[in-house]
Amino acid sequence: MNASYIELSYVQVACAALLVLVNGAISAALGLGMQKHWLLAVVRTVVQLTLVGFVLEWVFREERWYVVLVMMIVMTLIAAQTAGSRSERKYPGIYRNTILSVWISAWVTAAYGLLVILQSEGSWHQPQYAIPLLGMILGNTLNGISLGLNTFTDSLVRQQDEVEVLLALGATRWEAAHGPTQHAVRTGLIPVMNSMMVVGIVSLPGMMTGQLLSGTAPLQAVKYQIVIMFLIASATALGTVGIVLLTYRQLFNKDHQFLHERLK
Amino acid sequence: MPLSHDESLLDACNISRRLENGPSWLLHAVSCRLWPGDRVAVTGPSGGGKTVLLRALVWLDPFDTGHLLWKGAPLLGRDAPSFRRQVIYLHQQPVLLDGTVEHNLRQPYSLQMHSDTQYDRQRTITRLEQMGRQADFLDLPTRTLSGGESQIVAVLRAVQLEPVVLLLDEPTAALDEDGTRAVEQTVLGWQAENPAQRAFVWVSHDAQQARRVAIRFWHVDQGHLKERSSEP
Repeated sequence: MNASYIELSYVQVACAALLVLVNGAISAALGLGMQKHWLLAVVRTVVQLTLVGFVLEWVFREERWYVVLVMMIVMTLIAAQTAGSRSERKYPGIYRNTILSVWISAWVTAAYGLLVILQSEGSWHQPQYAIPLLGMILGNTLNGISLGLNTFTDSLVRQQDEVEVLLALGATRWEAAHGPTQHAVRTGLIPVMNSMMVVGIVSLPGMMTGQLLSGTAPLQAVKYQIVIMFLIASATALGTVGIVLLTYRQLFNKDHQFLHERLK
Repeated sequence: MPLSHDESLLDACNISRRLENGPSWLLHAVSCRLWPGDRVAVTGPSGGGKTVLLRALVWLDPFDTGHLLWKGAPLLGRDAPSFRRQVIYLHQQPVLLDGTVEHNLRQPYSLQMHSDTQYDRQRTITRLEQMGRQADFLDLPTRTLSGGESQIVAVLRAVQLEPVVLLLDEPTAALDEDGTRAVEQTVLGWQAENPAQRAFVWVSHDAQQARRVAIRFWHVDQGHLKERSSEP
């Protein structure tokens, strides 16, 4: 392997684990009662990442398109499930809607990234590109979708009377839902926009840091990061609009009625 | 001259409604008919289904059985906004947007359904004066209004759109005597502008008020509707 970076041993990782003892100590000293949770968090971090490491080792070694495809599908479904389960209010069909919006937004953008930008037509299934790219897109889309979904259902519940007054005055369902819709899409997109505003100044993004650590030339790493930021921005926008519109269709029927009883 | 079926304004045919997957009926096989010029008072115990009935008459909730006829024709989903332009429902608790009173009165005109008409400030001021308020009432922020004043704004907002039917859900429950008179006069005044056509259904806890405003009386209890010849 090209060792332009320092290979880590398990002893070095264990040294890092010592740092978390500080968190445990703070919790004990202030009586926060978080020691057990910290222990669990440490164990989960180690176990989950190690398992993913083994899986990725295998996927990278195999380099078969169907293995990569299955991996991508599993990642997508987990992201969609998480987005749905984070919603405080549920309605029938919520998981179908999160799966649809995560899937379409992330895969369309990832395909554009892999096929049009990176132009890896013959090798879209190269795990080296497909998996981290989709992973980063999914992670961010998931946030936008769950924020947008939460904001939308929450404002609909809190503004149920306003929505109904508009309907009672002759508003179409779209006019009645317009305020909450705008609010939800805007809220879902704020984090991505914020991170684009300060990227490189306040924070160095994880992927760029990773590339720098592994010896990539800084300007190359930056180009990759810019591409990723744009892919993330577009996927999050598509996903957030998607989930809000799908939720709207589920909660407002063709008779211009607001089915508030569906929100639990 | 007897009125035939297709001269009625609004027909509720066998309407039932219960909460989604709920066991008990909120409305059970209710049928009623509203004629042009009707003035109906609805009485009955709390939780008996009066509000559910008004919401059903303006089709705000889906039905489990039954349907509505508007001027003799079955109501279709795509016509719901234009139907609700002519049949306006007023919530028991007046719901106003943030901003001034005038902002609230102008707001409905931004809806597609009312884009062919315009807010008439002079007319509004005349109506306000009839309700004992001055023009500067329009500039008040809605947050500072009392319950009674909020209800006056809500009634004005509906009446200015010149609906054919008003469905009023205890509009004066939170009002003092003056406020009650103002709302009654406004609604009766709106009806008297076209007494052969315009109709209202008025839910009231107050038997005296029911006798004052209405000529027909419906009693709603446990999701059933009965017409009474007079309010006892």
